[in-house]
Amino acid sequence: METIPTVAERRAESWREELRQGMKAKERTAIHRVEMNELDPDYRSHNNEEVNQGLTEEQALREAQRCLDCVTPTCMEGCPVSIQIPSFIKNIERGNFLEAARVLKETSALPAVCGRVCPQEKQCESRCVHVKMKKAPVAIGYLERFAADYERESGQIAVPECAPSKGIKIAVVGSGPAGLSFAGDMAKRGYDVTVFEALHEIGGVLKYGIPEFRLPNRIVEVEIDGLRKMGVQFITNCIVGKTISYDDLHADGFRGIFVASGAGLPNFMNIPGENLIGVMSSNEYLTRVNLMHAASTDADTPVFKGKHVAVIGGGNTAMDSVRTARRLGAARAMIVYRRSEEEMPARIEEVKHAKEEGVEFLTLHNPIEYLGDENGRVKHMRLQRMELGEPDASGRRRPVPVEGAVETIDVDEVIVSVGVSPNPLIPQAFAGLEISKRGTIIVGEADMRSSLADVYAGGDIVRGGATVILAMGDGRRAAAAMDEALQEHKS
Amino acid sequence: MNRIVSKEHFSPHVVKLEVEAPLIARSRKAGHFVIVRVGEQGERIPLTIASADTSRGTITLVVQAVGRSSKKLCALDEGDAVTDVVGPLGQATHIERVGTVVCAGGGVGVAPLLPIVEAFHKAGNRVIVVLAARTKDLIILEDRMRACSDEVIIMTDDGSYGTKGLVTQGVESVIQRESVNLCVTIGPAVMMKFVAALTKKYEIPTVASLNTIMVDGTGMCGACRVTVGGRTKFVCVDGPEFDAHQVDFDEMMMRLRSYKEEEQK
Ligand SMILES: Cc1cc2nc3c(=O)[nH]c(=O)nc-3n(C[C@H](O)[C@H](O)[C@H](O)COP(=O)(O)OP(=O)(O)OC[C@H]3O[C@@H](n4cnc5c(N)ncnc54)[C@H](O)[C@@H]3O)c2cc1C
Ligand SMILES: Cc1cc2nc3c(=O)[nH]c(=O)nc-3n(C[C@H](O)[C@H](O)[C@H](O)COP(=O)(O)OP(=O)(O)OC[C@H]3O[C@@H](n4cnc5c(N)ncnc54)[C@H](O)[C@@H]3O)c2cc1C
Ligand code: SF4
Ligand code: FES
Repeated sequence: METIPTVAERRAESWREELRQGMKAKERTAIHRVEMNELDPDYRSHNNEEVNQGLTEEQALREAQRCLDCVTPTCMEGCPVSIQIPSFIKNIERGNFLEAARVLKETSALPAVCGRVCPQEKQCESRCVHVKMKKAPVAIGYLERFAADYERESGQIAVPECAPSKGIKIAVVGSGPAGLSFAGDMAKRGYDVTVFEALHEIGGVLKYGIPEFRLPNRIVEVEIDGLRKMGVQFITNCIVGKTISYDDLHADGFRGIFVASGAGLPNFMNIPGENLIGVMSSNEYLTRVNLMHAASTDADTPVFKGKHVAVIGGGNTAMDSVRTARRLGAARAMIVYRRSEEEMPARIEEVKHAKEEGVEFLTLHNPIEYLGDENGRVKHMRLQRMELGEPDASGRRRPVPVEGAVETIDVDEVIVSVGVSPNPLIPQAFAGLEISKRGTIIVGEADMRSSLADVYAGGDIVRGGATVILAMGDGRRAAAAMDEALQEHKS
Repeated sequence: MNRIVSKEHFSPHVVKLEVEAPLIARSRKAGHFVIVRVGEQGERIPLTIASADTSRGTITLVVQAVGRSSKKLCALDEGDAVTDVVGPLGQATHIERVGTVVCAGGGVGVAPLLPIVEAFHKAGNRVIVVLAARTKDLIILEDRMRACSDEVIIMTDDGSYGTKGLVTQGVESVIQRESVNLCVTIGPAVMMKFVAALTKKYEIPTVASLNTIMVDGTGMCGACRVTVGGRTKFVCVDGPEFDAHQVDFDEMMMRLRSYKEEEQK
C-alpha cells in the first residue's frame, strides 16, 4: 500500500496554500450553506426516484469555498473512518473532482453511499469550525456525494492500488458496509479476500433495507464492482455456520475471519394482535419491496399495499417504511412514536422529507393492541397517549402513559419498527465465541478481535443496530489489526 | 451452479428434482430445508431437502405445484439451473429410538415427511405411515414410503383408494391397536390441528412440521412467526418442527391466507 501523507503535509502543498490565499476567511464564512436540490414532494411521493438530486458543479465549487482548510481539521475527528476532509474539499474547490474522489477512496470503500446515508449532522459536520462560530457547517456529506457521483458518471473510476498478493486467504461473513469496508482494506494490503453472503444479493442493509428513493441499488452495485476489480471474491447464498462451518473455513485454508453479520433480527412488542394479517416487521416489508421488488408488476413476491398504514417507531427504518408505504399508495401513512419528535433517532433530513411527503406524526403515542376483522386482518389499533417523565438511564426523558387516554384508529397495515437484535447465526455456530447478554459478539475495542484468535468482528453484530459509517470504521480497524497480527505471526 | 441433474414425475403435480448443491449436500440433516428462487424476479420459497447424495454433490427436492413459484420450479427441466438455492436451514429433526412412531402426512406435507420417515426407520424405530388425500390420484410417494417404513396406511376422503376416511381415523386405528410412542405430522395446517387434537386425547407426544409463509428463511423478517406455548417463534430458525400440542394452529391457518388476494392476481 502507498504511504499516505499526513494532514499537515497535504495542507502544505503549494496549490493548497494558493487556494487559501486566494480568498479571505471572512469572504468564505459569508457564503451561505448550499441547499440540496430535491424532487418536488407531490411528484416524488408516488415513485421510487431518488429524492436528493445532488449538487451541480457550480454549487459544489461554491460550497467547497466555505471550507477554511483548518490547521486542525476537527471535522476529521468526527468521521469514524477519518476521511481527509479538507483535502478532498480543496480538490473540489480547485476543480479537480476526480482527485477529490480518489482522496475519499483512500479511507472509504463506499463514498457514494456514505455521502447519502450518514448522519453527518451528528458526525463530521457537528465538529466543523463553522458551528463554533454559530454558522451552518460546511456541507461535507453533500460534497462527498458530489465527488463520488462525479467520478462514477465520468466513467473514469479509479481502482485503488493494491499490494502484490500475499497468498493469504481471508474470509468475510456478511456483505454489508462492515464487511465491504474490511474487504477493501484487506485487498489493498494484498490479501485474497472472499466475502460470504447469506442472501442472493451483495450489500446487506444497503440492498434490502434502505430504499431506492434514498440509495439507488445501482450506486451500491458500482461501489461493489470497484471491490471486485480489486480482486475481492463474492459468494452469495452461502450461510456461514449453516452452509459451511468454522471448521470448513479452516480446512479451506482461511487464515483470518471477519464476522460482519449485522443485526438482522427484528424485535416485536409482544402486544395482543401483533400476529394479525397485515402486521409485519420493517425488515419483512422493506425486504419484500427492496430486495424482492414486490411493488413491480413482474415480480413474483407479493406485498400489501395498505391504505391506512401505521409505522411504529422513530428511527431511520421507520422513516424508510412509512415513506415506502406512501409510495405504494397509502392515503394515510402515520408514524407512531412513544416519545416526542426531539428524541427521534432518525436523521433530521429523513424526518423533514417524510413530513413534506404527507406523513402524519403521532408522537407521544404507543400501541397497546391491534384488532382484526373476521378474516384475521388488522383493522384498528389502540394507542395509549404518553407524556414525558423523568430522564431514564440513557438520559432521555422516559415516556409514561397518560392514564385513561386511549384512542382507536383505523388501519389496514402496521409496520413494526422498534429495533433489531444481533443476528444469532454466527454466535450459535462458532463454539468458544464470547457473546454479551444482548447477543453481540464481544471484541477488543482497538483491534476488533474476538475471544477466538483468528476471528474479528465489527458493525451491527458488535454494536447492535448502529450506522453505516460506524460499521465501516470497525471494518477498517479490524483490517489494520488482523494485518498486523498476521505479519507478526510470519516473522 | 445449482443445475438440475435429474427430474422425475411422481404425479402430474409432484416432481422430484435432483439439484447440484455440494456444500448443502455435505452439511444437511433430516428435517433441514432450503430456500429456492427461480428467475431474477422470482420469489424465495422454502422446500425440504428430501435426501442428499454427497458423492454426487446433489440434494433432492420433492415439489408439489400449488401456485406461481412452485409451478415455475416444476416446469424446469434436466440441465436447467435453479437461480438460487440456500441452506440447509432450520433445526434438524430430533431423531432417536423411541419405539413406535406414527407419521401422518397429507397434501404438500407428504414430500417433507419422507426424509423424516427414513431417518426414524434407520434409527431402529417401528414406523407406520398414514398418507391421506381427497382422492386416489392425489396419493403420492406411496412406494418410497413403503420402502422405508414398516407399514403404510392409505386414507382417502372418497374411498377411491385405501380406507375411506380422514387422516385422523387412520392414526386412531393404529393407536387403538398398539402402543404408539411418538406421532409426527406434516400437511395442511387444518390436518395437523386435528391430528394434534387426537393425539392430545391419548397423551401421545406429537411433533408438527410447520409450513408457514417465509421470505429470507434465516430469521431476519418474522414472516414465518407462529405462537407456540403462548410465545412467538420463528419457524425458519426455531423450527420448522414444534410440539404440536403447543401450536396455535388457528392463528397459523389465518396467517397462511395472508396473501390470498395477491396470489390470485
Ligand atoms: C431500513 C434501514 C435504514 C437505515 N438507514 C440508515 C441511514 O440512513 N444511515 C446510517 O448510517 N445507517 C442506517 N441504517 C443502519 C445501517 O444500515 C446498519 O448499521 C449497517 O448496515 C450495519 O452494517 P453491517 O455490515 O454491520 O451489517 P448489515 O448491513 O446488516 O449486513 C450484514 C450482512 O450479513 C449477512 N449475514 C448474516 N449472517 C450471515 C452468515 N452467517 N453468513 C453469511 N452472511 C450472513 C446478512 O444477510 C447481511 O447481508 C439503516 C438500517 C435499516 C435497516
Ligand atoms: C419448512 C417448509 C418446508 C416445505 N417443504 C416443502 C416440500 O418439500 N415440498 C413442497 O412441495 N412444498 C414444501 N413446502 C411448501 C412450499 O413452500 C409452498 O408450497 C410454496 O411456498 C408455495 O409457493 P407458490 O408460490 O407455488 O404458491 P402460492 O401462490 O404461494 O400459494 C398457493 C396456495 O398454496 C397455499 N400455500 C402457500 N404456501 C404454503 C405453505 N407453505 N404450505 C401449504 N400451503 C401453502 C396458499 O394458501 C395458496 O392457496 C414447505 C414449506 C415450508 C415452510
Ligand atoms: S472543520 Fe469545517 S472548515 Fe475546518 S476543515 Fe473541516 S470542513 Fe473545513
Ligand atoms: S422467514 Fe423471515 S424470519 Fe423466518
